[in-house]
Amino acid sequence: MRAWLGDVAVLTRRNLVHIAREPFQLSDVTVQPVLFTLLFTTLFGSAMVIPGGGTYKGFAIGGLVTMNLTTSGVGTAIAMASDLSKGVMNRFRTLPISRSAVLAGRTVTDVLSSVLCGSIVLLTGLAIGWRPGSGHGLAGVAAGLGVAVAFSYAVSWLTACLGLAVKDPESAQAVGLIVLFIGAFLSSCFVPTQGLPHWLRVFADWNPVSAVANSCRDLFGNPNPSALTHTFPAQHPVLFALASTAAIVAVCAPLATRLLRVRTTD
Amino acid sequence: MTRLMIEADGLHKRYGKQVAVERVDLAVPAGTVLGVLGPNGAGKSTTIRMLTTMTRPDGGTGRVGGLDIVARARAVRRIIGVTGQDASLDDLLTGTQNLVMVGQLSKLPRRTAQARAAELLDHFGLSEAAGRPVKTYSGGMRRRLDLAASLVARPPVLFLDEPTTGLDPTSRQQMWAVIRRLTADGATVLLTTQYLDEAEALADSIVVVDHGTVIATGTASELKARIGGEHLEVTLSEPHPDAERALAPLIAGPVHTADGGRRLVAPAAPRPGLATAVIRALDAVGAAVDDIEVHHPSLDDVFFALTGKPAAPVEAAPAAGEEVVA
Repeated sequence: MRAWLGDVAVLTRRNLVHIAREPFQLSDVTVQPVLFTLLFTTLFGSAMVIPGGGTYKGFAIGGLVTMNLTTSGVGTAIAMASDLSKGVMNRFRTLPISRSAVLAGRTVTDVLSSVLCGSIVLLTGLAIGWRPGSGHGLAGVAAGLGVAVAFSYAVSWLTACLGLAVKDPESAQAVGLIVLFIGAFLSSCFVPTQGLPHWLRVFADWNPVSAVANSCRDLFGNPNPSALTHTFPAQHPVLFALASTAAIVAVCAPLATRLLRVRTTD
Repeated sequence: MTRLMIEADGLHKRYGKQVAVERVDLAVPAGTVLGVLGPNGAGKSTTIRMLTTMTRPDGGTGRVGGLDIVARARAVRRIIGVTGQDASLDDLLTGTQNLVMVGQLSKLPRRTAQARAAELLDHFGLSEAAGRPVKTYSGGMRRRLDLAASLVARPPVLFLDEPTTGLDPTSRQQMWAVIRRLTADGATVLLTTQYLDEAEALADSIVVVDHGTVIATGTASELKARIGGEHLEVTLSEPHPDAERALAPLIAGPVHTADGGRRLVAPAAPRPGLATAVIRALDAVGAAVDDIEVHHPSLDDVFFALTGKPAAPVEAAPAAGEEVVA
């Protein structure tokens, strides 16, 4: 186990060197969150009325943290597909390391970039006038960010599976973007679910992404109109978000390890 | 008898319907170099991939350092170094970072890995480039770094898959020197090559593989002895149906043909007037001779005699090598 953790640390450092060498890789967790935060609060902020009251900015930041952290999982899919296509994977195959260490190194790297991404959304929010509500204070903001980062960690295992299932990095990007954008947009991230058509509302209310966004809102002390909805996830967002996180990891981590074994054994 | 460090017993591998390795048996005593010689597509790389645990054999067994390559794969990985045909390096990491990473993943302490990396970079003449990302390296530099990466953990068993293919002559000589030094230090080495001179220069014993099967085993001199003494090689202007019959009284063994029947090779006892007699005999049946040569056997002749195909010439580009397979 200690050896495994050591391997994960070494492989994580390798991924961080990659980022340092090609910083544009990070644009989806640095530039994109700033743009989306400015774009969405300005575009929708003028027209949106939040059920239960509150400003759109207050409503949107929790959703933006969640949405940016979810979609940044595309990076995992691309990175896994790209590692598979490179010679260094052959080196890893002849070294006394387990394949799960390669995957864990990747997802740990993604947690670090998720923390960066979430913080950038919050700082952008602060710059345009968003404030955490009274209630949990700074600890609440940290807790909300924690729930979102944990969920993005689970998403990175899911997208690792995607990256390992497709044949090249380009396909990983295409498939990853479709899956994640549908998942992130059909949720309570940007609009209260109350106004959605019935079938879409059912989907959005039970979408774990909504639970994560609602958790952020609750913990940030911001408006959370989903609290008016009587579904289980809407009433217990943190519980449902963490349970979904655990379930995704429980399914996708062994699956990703298995896929990597299949892809690197012939 | 010395301990065997690499053993293969009937190793077999197929990809779908395509048989990559039909049956390979090998036995490499500790501290020796085995050269696996064969054309492209003969199954050399697949054999190495099986022995280095990258590919699971479909049949047969293999042991490295006495450890089963399937059941004890992880333990095998602890004692082997592998250098493949394509450099397995991280392009974005520097030379030093690559070696330290491999060292740490081989469970060397960080300090030890760093010291070993510096030592190897110096040893391979890469100290100046040590701090540059590998993507800026030339082909020869990548090969040397790749070999260095295989040596970080001082593995007792080394697998080198065509270590000099595609290298310029200078880099090739450097690589030979490195491999000689390794074996002088007691490493057991299995190296594959398409180059007969390479096998002859580096290997204690040689196995010749073709179509996924071992077709001959021995030292270079044993293999040469196997096809006897001098050889006669005749190149005709055009293939001729009666050429072999015309040669029959003058030669001492079976005739092998190549180039669609234009080139004929056969063992022949040298005697005064042999070349004149050959030309007269061929002229008598109407076969025009472009070239005639009587020479001592080289490993090229061995290969030709065993497989009916010429081995890849040293200067062959990969494309030319592939024609040999086709």
